[in-house]
Amino acid sequence: MKLLVCVSKTPDTTTKIVFNAAGNELDTNGVQYIMNPYDEWYALVRALELKESPLGGSVTIINVGPDANDAIIRKGLAIGADEAVRINADPKSALNVAFQIAEYAKQGNFDMILLGKETIDYNGSEIGAMVAEFLDLPFISYASKLDTADGKTATIQRDIEGGIEVVEVATPFVLSAAKGLAEQRIPNMKGIMMAKSKPLNVLAPAPFDELSVPVHYDLPPAKASVRMIAPENMEELVRLLHEEAKVI
Amino acid sequence: MVLVFAESQKGTFKKSAFEAVTYGYKTAQALGTSCAALVLGTANDAAQLGKYGASKVFHVADTSLDQLDSQVHTAVIAAAAQQVGAKVVILSNSSTGKAILGRLAARLRAGSVAGANSLPDVSNGFVVKKGVFSGKAIASYAISSELKVISVMGNSLQPEAVGADAAVEALNIPVPASKVKIVSVSRIEGTVPLPEAELVVSAGRGMKGPENWGIVEEMANILGATTACSRPVADTHWRPHHEHVGQTGIAIRPNLYIAIGISGAIQHLAGVNNSKTIVVINKDPEAPFFKAADYGVVGDLFEVVPRLNEAFKKFKANA
Repeated sequence: MKLLVCVSKTPDTTTKIVFNAAGNELDTNGVQYIMNPYDEWYALVRALELKESPLGGSVTIINVGPDANDAIIRKGLAIGADEAVRINADPKSALNVAFQIAEYAKQGNFDMILLGKETIDYNGSEIGAMVAEFLDLPFISYASKLDTADGKTATIQRDIEGGIEVVEVATPFVLSAAKGLAEQRIPNMKGIMMAKSKPLNVLAPAPFDELSVPVHYDLPPAKASVRMIAPENMEELVRLLHEEAKVI
Repeated sequence: MVLVFAESQKGTFKKSAFEAVTYGYKTAQALGTSCAALVLGTANDAAQLGKYGASKVFHVADTSLDQLDSQVHTAVIAAAAQQVGAKVVILSNSSTGKAILGRLAARLRAGSVAGANSLPDVSNGFVVKKGVFSGKAIASYAISSELKVISVMGNSLQPEAVGADAAVEALNIPVPASKVKIVSVSRIEGTVPLPEAELVVSAGRGMKGPENWGIVEEMANILGATTACSRPVADTHWRPHHEHVGQTGIAIRPNLYIAIGISGAIQHLAGVNNSKTIVVINKDPEAPFFKAADYGVVGDLFEVVPRLNEAFKKFKANA
């Protein structure tokens, strides 16, 4: 099977988010970057498990971004991907990222295209759906289980509001990965050494006009300071929730 | 025209559908145009969407649309949008909306914003705000395309009744065959799913073990709230992983979030800090969660929670 995994670079989950004075760019001072956890822990690892199964195959990772993203891409290779592609662009929207991925994937004959259910920076959950539409493929979102006996048909469990749905779909398709699809893998020394000699191809982007771009960022309004209630006085807390906060 | 896809489940509209219509109505007002709703498959009492501002309800009645296939739904919604001349298409930011929004944007070559948390500002262009960095910031997106698609974050505005029932008009749009076979659907009946819940009672490692969750479930029962938990609790299988809220779990924005025995790590806060009111109960006065809380109680949760449950019961009995 030929598998394509789309990976994004995001600030580490513990990052304190600060913007520049103009409020139009993230202040990247001291920000540690990681591979988007949903892409890495679930989409990439499940793809590697399928490749390592008797079905065999190859795993390609793709990223759309500048050369500063290469460290993240190398990590994906260290975890076990066979090769990587970086589309050398600085996209401002999900649609641009998806367009670039689809343009590449069109020529690749991939059986499955996997990515995380969302990125932890822009939280749009849009790219999988967009790639699927550009390629006219089925899209299975929020997958928490993926099994295939023959590499031609897959049974997928997906999270829906308040429950789960199980679907069957023939390859090729696009899938977004949620918790449960696989378990995080830590790259070992051999993987890190091997990653250095694996191909990372840098390609020029296809022309694309942005249609929706972030123009300003704000931090959420600061909370008024917490009001402490004595642990003996829970009736006072209930009164405040009813009369002051008006939430019950 | 603003076209709102009003989602239904087994023919019944959810609150998020009324929120989306209200959002569509207000957006249409700002743009000086009308708002219509689109319903797919089985839809009971679709005319009621008029109450929230839809001047007309378009209905594609093919019951194969009762099951979600994002590819099929997208083809139908895009065709409807083109047929009725919509300039803005609104969805709910639900699991269905998330499966469709990106596809619609790609198909219609429309600028999109996923999970808008307030009405668009049309005073200078078309700018929509949404939460980014997992709730740590808010971004303003400028959409420059003629056609725009937006999904509305749940609980970011309340449905508002502004009118009367609307006429329902059948739309004749061919429904393509689905390539996805749905084998089974299982829902936990009787509770409100976390992304839609207005009241959430959540607990963490301070509970010491899964056997102690009775007092948390009791509180949820008294309030009609949904239960949630922190990541360590889900990772150790004290609670099912679908209850995990936070940066790598479900992001929620209820009216009331009660956090019991949760210290408030930054990753947890990222998923819950859009809650309107946060109550934190923790024995450690230094717990970082207190900085994000509206009301705090320092004390032993095994004493405080039963006491609070009694107070809630008394309140409910008198309400």
